[in-house]
Amino acid sequence: MSADSVAAPKITFTPGADNRVRRRLLWSNLVRQACRIAVYSAIVVLLVLLSVVFWLSIGWLDAQFLQSGTSRLAERAGIKAGLWGSFWLILLTAVISLPIGVGAAVYLEEYASDNRLTRTIKTNLANLAGVPSIVYGMLGLAAFVKMFGLFGGLRSGLQLNLGLLVVPLPFGKTVISGALTMSLLILPIVIIAAQESLRAVPRSIRIASLALGATRWQTVWRQVLPAALPGIATGAILAISRAIGETAPLLMAGAVSMARIYPGGIESPMDLLDPSKVGAAPFSAYTTMPTAIYEYIKIPEEEFAHVAAAGIVVLMIVLTVFNAAAVVIRMRAAKKVKW
Amino acid sequence: MSTESQRHVPPSVKGVDRDQDMSEHSLAIEARNVDFYYGNLQVLFDISLLVPERSVTALIGPSGCGKSTFLRTLNRMNDLIDDTRVSGKILIEQQDINSDDVDVVLLRKHVGMVFQKSTPFPKSIFDNVAYGPRIAGEKNKTYLADLVESCLKQAALWDEVKGRLTDSAMALSGGQQQRLCIARTLATTPRIILMDEPASALDPASTSRIEDLIGELCSQYTIVIVTHNMQQASRVSHRTAFFFEGRLIEFGPTTQIFTNPAEKKTEDYITGRFG
Ligand SMILES: Nc1ncnc2c1ncn2[C@@H]1O[C@H](COP(=O)(O)OP(=O)(O)OP(=O)(O)O)[C@@H](O)[C@H]1O
Ligand SMILES: [Mg+2]
Repeated sequence: MSADSVAAPKITFTPGADNRVRRRLLWSNLVRQACRIAVYSAIVVLLVLLSVVFWLSIGWLDAQFLQSGTSRLAERAGIKAGLWGSFWLILLTAVISLPIGVGAAVYLEEYASDNRLTRTIKTNLANLAGVPSIVYGMLGLAAFVKMFGLFGGLRSGLQLNLGLLVVPLPFGKTVISGALTMSLLILPIVIIAAQESLRAVPRSIRIASLALGATRWQTVWRQVLPAALPGIATGAILAISRAIGETAPLLMAGAVSMARIYPGGIESPMDLLDPSKVGAAPFSAYTTMPTAIYEYIKIPEEEFAHVAAAGIVVLMIVLTVFNAAAVVIRMRAAKKVKW
Repeated sequence: MSTESQRHVPPSVKGVDRDQDMSEHSLAIEARNVDFYYGNLQVLFDISLLVPERSVTALIGPSGCGKSTFLRTLNRMNDLIDDTRVSGKILIEQQDINSDDVDVVLLRKHVGMVFQKSTPFPKSIFDNVAYGPRIAGEKNKTYLADLVESCLKQAALWDEVKGRLTDSAMALSGGQQQRLCIARTLATTPRIILMDEPASALDPASTSRIEDLIGELCSQYTIVIVTHNMQQASRVSHRTAFFFEGRLIEFGPTTQIFTNPAEKKTEDYITGRFG
C-alpha cells in the first residue's frame, strides 16, 4: 500500500531512559576529562619544577654570577665560562652539522635513485637517532679527541700551522672535538627532519620546474628548498636545542669541568673583533653551561644548590631566546613562500 | 548508418583554419615507430605521426590508451619516471631527441608543457612567469617585466592580474592558474607547446578562453593537445589522432576524422558509443 500508512517512529534528541545512549555519552565525557587531566598534570609538574628552581636561584642569579667563571667557592662561582663555551660549541656544531645534514637530505630525497644502498641508509638514519648519546661521546673521544692515537698522545701530538689557525693533532679536549661529536649526535635528527620537509613539497612543483627547462639543481635551489625551509629550520632548531642541553657526551669527549676557561681567551663580545682570538677559540679547552651546572650539583655544600639553580635559569633563558628566534626565522621563511 | 550530412562538427575557434593547406609547413615533430614501456608493461605500440609546424594536433582516445605517455615522450618527461624505456625515433625539428648528445634541459626549454592540473609555484604571479627566463640566465629587469606583461597578455590573463603581480599565484582561481601556467610556458619562448587536458578542470567560460587562446597561439607555436572533449578537439585542432589501447588507430585532418572516419573504432569513439 502507500508509504504514509506506516507512521514513522517518533524521534528524540534527549537520552532519556535509553541506557545504551547514556553509557556512550558518559564514556565520551570520561575520556575528555582524562585527556584534560593529562595536559594539566604535565603543566603542573613543570610549573612546580620551574618555581622551585626560580625560588632557589633568587639572590644568587646576579651580576657576579653572570660575570664569573666556574669555581668551587660558592661566592665566586658563575656561569660565564659555560656561556662562552656553549656559544662556541653550538656555533661550530651548527656550522658543521647543518650544511652536511641538509645536503645529505637533499641528496637522499632529490638525487639518489631508489636502490638497496639508499634504502639501507634511510632506514638506519632512524636507528642512529636512537643511539644513546654517551655512545657518541665515546666515539668522539676516540675519533676526535685522540684520533685513534694516529698522531701520538694528547700532549705529544702535532701542531698544524695554517696562518691564523693553529690546529693541534689530535684535536684533544677542545671545542672542535666537542662540536664534531655533537654534530654526529644531531646529524640524524637534522637529516630526518629535512627529509620529511622535502618530501612534503608536492612532486608536481618539481615536475613543473623541470618541464620549464630547469636543471635539477635549479629546481632544488629555487623551488624545493624555499618551500621546505620552514620545516628544515624547525628540525634544525630542535636538534640544536638538544645540543645546547646535552651533557653526557661532552663529559666523555672533552668539556673541562672546574675551570675558568674561555675559548680563545674571549671574555666579552668586543674580543670577537680580534681575529687571532677567534681563530684560536675552536682549538681551546672549554666548559659548557650544562657541564658547569652538572659540576655544581655534584658539590655537597648547600650553597651550590642555589648556584646550580641560577645556572639552570640562565640555561633556560638561553633556550627560550633561541627558540623564540627560531620561530621568527621560520615565520620569515614561510612568508617568502607564497602558498 | 549515419551519413556525413547528419554529423555535426562545431565551427572552429578563430585562428584555426581546419582546411588550411599545411603542405608548405616544415615538420615540427616526427615520431617513427615509437614503442614505450613502463618496466615490462608496453603501453605504446609502433606510433608513427607527423606534426607540421604552427598547427594544432589533438590527441583523443579512451582513458588509459597512452595519450599522456606519448605526449611526455616528446619532451622526455618520462625520464623522470623510474624504469621506463622508449624505442623508435622521435625527431623534433629534424633532431633525434633521444640521442646521447641531447640535453633535456634545452629540449624542455623549446618543448614546453602545460599539465592537466595547474601547478603554480608558491611564488608571486610575476615570479611564476619570470621563472623560465630567469633560470635560463635572464637578469635584465626591464626585459623581464616586458616579457611577463606580454606573456600574460597572450594568455589572456593580464587584465585580471595587472594590479597584483606581487600577490601569490596560489590565490588565483583554477582557470586563472591554468592560464598563468600557459603564460609561464610561453615565457620560455618554446617552439612547441604540449598540453595535457589543459581545460578538463575548468568551467565553460575558462575553457572557451583557453580554446580561443589556442587559436591565437597556433600562428606562432606548434601545439599538441590531449583532450577528452570531442567538441573541443574539433574546435581547436587542424589534425586529430585517435589512440586506442596504445596504438594510433587513425590520424588525419580533423574535419575528416569527425565527419568521415576511415576506421569503425574511431567512429564509435567520437560518436560516444564507448570510451
Ligand atoms: N608511471 C606509470 N607507471 C606505470 N604505468 C603507467 C604509468 N603511467 C601510466 N601508466 C600506464 O600506461 C597506460 C597509459 O597511460 P596514460 O596516462 O598515457 O593514459 P592516457 O591516455 O593519458 O589516459 P587518461 O585519458 O586517463 O589521462 C595506462 O595503462 C597506465 O596505467
Ligand atoms: Mg592522461
